[in-house]
Amino acid sequence: MPPESRTELIRQMICAIMHRGPDAQDLLVRHDAALGHARLSIIDLADGRQPMADESGEVAIAFNGEIFNYLELRRDLMARGICFRTNSDTEVILRLYQERGTACVEVLNGDFAFAILDRSRDRLMLARDRMGVRPLYHARTRDGHFCFASEVKALLRLPGISAAPDPVALDQIFTFWHPLPPRTIFRDVQELPPGHLLIATPERTELRHYWRPDFPRRGEEASDAQEDVIAGELHDLLTDAVRIRLRADVPVGAYLSGGLDSSIVAALARTLVPSRLRTFSVTFATPEFDESAHQQEMAAELGTKHQSICCTAADIGAMFPEVIRHVERPILRTAPAPLFKLSGLVRRAGLKVVLTGEGADEVLAGYDIFKEAKLRAFCARQPGSRLRPLLFRRLYPYLPGIQAQSAAYLKAFFGAGLDRAGDPLFSHLPRFGTTARAKLFFSDGLRAELAGYDALAELRESLPAEFLRWDPLHQAQYLETVHLLPGYILSAQGDRVAMAHAVEARFPFLDHRLVEFAARIPPRLKLKGLREKHILRRSMEGRLPPAIARRPKQPYRAPDSQPFFGPHAPDYVQELLSRGTIARSGYFDPPAVERLARKCAMQGTGSFRDNQALVGILSTQLWHRAFVEGTTLSHPALPAAANA
Amino acid sequence: MPSQIEADIRSFIADNFLFREDRASLDADESLLEAGLIDSTGVLELVAFLERRFDIRIPDEDMLPENLDSIRGLVAYVQGRLDAVQAPG
Repeated sequence: MPPESRTELIRQMICAIMHRGPDAQDLLVRHDAALGHARLSIIDLADGRQPMADESGEVAIAFNGEIFNYLELRRDLMARGICFRTNSDTEVILRLYQERGTACVEVLNGDFAFAILDRSRDRLMLARDRMGVRPLYHARTRDGHFCFASEVKALLRLPGISAAPDPVALDQIFTFWHPLPPRTIFRDVQELPPGHLLIATPERTELRHYWRPDFPRRGEEASDAQEDVIAGELHDLLTDAVRIRLRADVPVGAYLSGGLDSSIVAALARTLVPSRLRTFSVTFATPEFDESAHQQEMAAELGTKHQSICCTAADIGAMFPEVIRHVERPILRTAPAPLFKLSGLVRRAGLKVVLTGEGADEVLAGYDIFKEAKLRAFCARQPGSRLRPLLFRRLYPYLPGIQAQSAAYLKAFFGAGLDRAGDPLFSHLPRFGTTARAKLFFSDGLRAELAGYDALAELRESLPAEFLRWDPLHQAQYLETVHLLPGYILSAQGDRVAMAHAVEARFPFLDHRLVEFAARIPPRLKLKGLREKHILRRSMEGRLPPAIARRPKQPYRAPDSQPFFGPHAPDYVQELLSRGTIARSGYFDPPAVERLARKCAMQGTGSFRDNQALVGILSTQLWHRAFVEGTTLSHPALPAAANA
Repeated sequence: MPSQIEADIRSFIADNFLFREDRASLDADESLLEAGLIDSTGVLELVAFLERRFDIRIPDEDMLPENLDSIRGLVAYVQGRLDAVQAPG
């Protein structure tokens, strides 16, 4: 490929993801390779321009994210005689790479996706952070060039990389809510999994994992008797995780959901910032989803400068196509949409960085699924009991559909896999089963393509050998932390909808030191009886308002099918769900979709199954239109400042 | 009139839970739960439909899979409730 063509392609790729980095764009061409970058300036605003090369020009980096311990790493490098030209964390990675090679990732504490082009070794190194906060995708062009980008839409600008769907990925999304990496919904594109490196040389491409969550063997966890010590250590670690995540040359705010986790993060951050902390919340017009009373209580208690934005069902309907363009795949819930609106508020308020409480539920056992699995195991030990299934009502006080059920039905609903207590996926079988029912709507053609494919079998195959030696809670935590967290929470509800407005979210609970520490905490101290995140509450005793500290987990939810029907229904819904359009895209059975849409339109639905199916179908149709047909892909032009 | 009861119930299940045409010939003894056709909200939708369509009351203690989880069970249960209402005394 002629150099000028390559330069033009890189410029187009930068244009496609300029929303992630509106502050500066640039590219660097070295012989037969090139790096491009769109910068969101947060650290070293003046000198941190990228791509950044060393003095010789032999080693160059393009980096998205933050290295939170960059000051300590920089100091250590300088003590060893290494000189710096800038104050940026980007240069710290560059110097570390020069000193340690690919092992540089092992000392980084941060959220990162970066590429290092090393001419001296004739190789390209891609790296992604441990938890999967920052995205990174790669593909090969028609003529065999290896390419990478933070978002798929940049890769789709290249010749020979099509937006053709991968049917297996669609099956996985309609089972797990996300594809299993490296697979993506785009047949031609792969994701670099969290905690992995990819080394590309002219001869070969090697994928290597450098980190993943690990747990002690069952029975070899620390003693419960050390609860006070563990709570103290957890508090200290969390405080430090917040402290280093406040490092920025721009102000840092915080999300305040009204729940325990974001309240803890905001409470710790408040004491560490020089000026009054700014906090942000999304509220809902529908009382069922709204937590504004708790948000206001916490903001008042902390004395933060608080702003909120209300998200209506009509807003979700109106924003949904744009949300799908950003998340780049079908989703089964609308929950990313309100967070898309919230990041817009943050940006308009003049902030680029927010702390959030995400991750606590995974690493410290906050989700209902952990309690549900514990209760299911309890029921499985006494299958004839009529009373044990009634405990399921305690898990979901906010779901009327559960509260009104008899013990017999509760047992039936939560009974999936009770006869398979030894199945490594035991904890998640009811969720996977409920989600997979939306595949009822798959077209005959798609079903034929997927004949014989078993998503659960693929997930089982991917589990580490030691998985079965872990406590059941740790097994469930592993599944949440390695799969749903990066695959959906941090991506569709995290990076994508925040970076859509050039806002960087930071996650103190996902500091890898804290994640590794939490993995060693005895399961009984994380989930004590049915009290979730017990040890976290202990660690913050006396530091939070009692009402917040005692508050049970309230999952973040948004209206699902409601935004797409009724008087405020967006114009695109009827057309995208029509028999003709459904038949043309080919993923779903047109009459079945018509019946579902009619049910939602006429009576509404509170059913998980119907809601997931409706949102999944509609988002698949939007995704198809935006990417496969390419009808809504338009991007701003690259400013003249970006040059080769 | 069990045949009309069954037709009404089949029609409701087809429109609200089955969705697909190729599943319209649901076996009378097939479990709605095991077939993945009904979830917790679906049970409440079904109960509301039965009460409205057949003008019966379904007490909490009757909300059991043996009454509501197959077409045959549903028909028998509804018929029993109607018979009880119509019985003299």
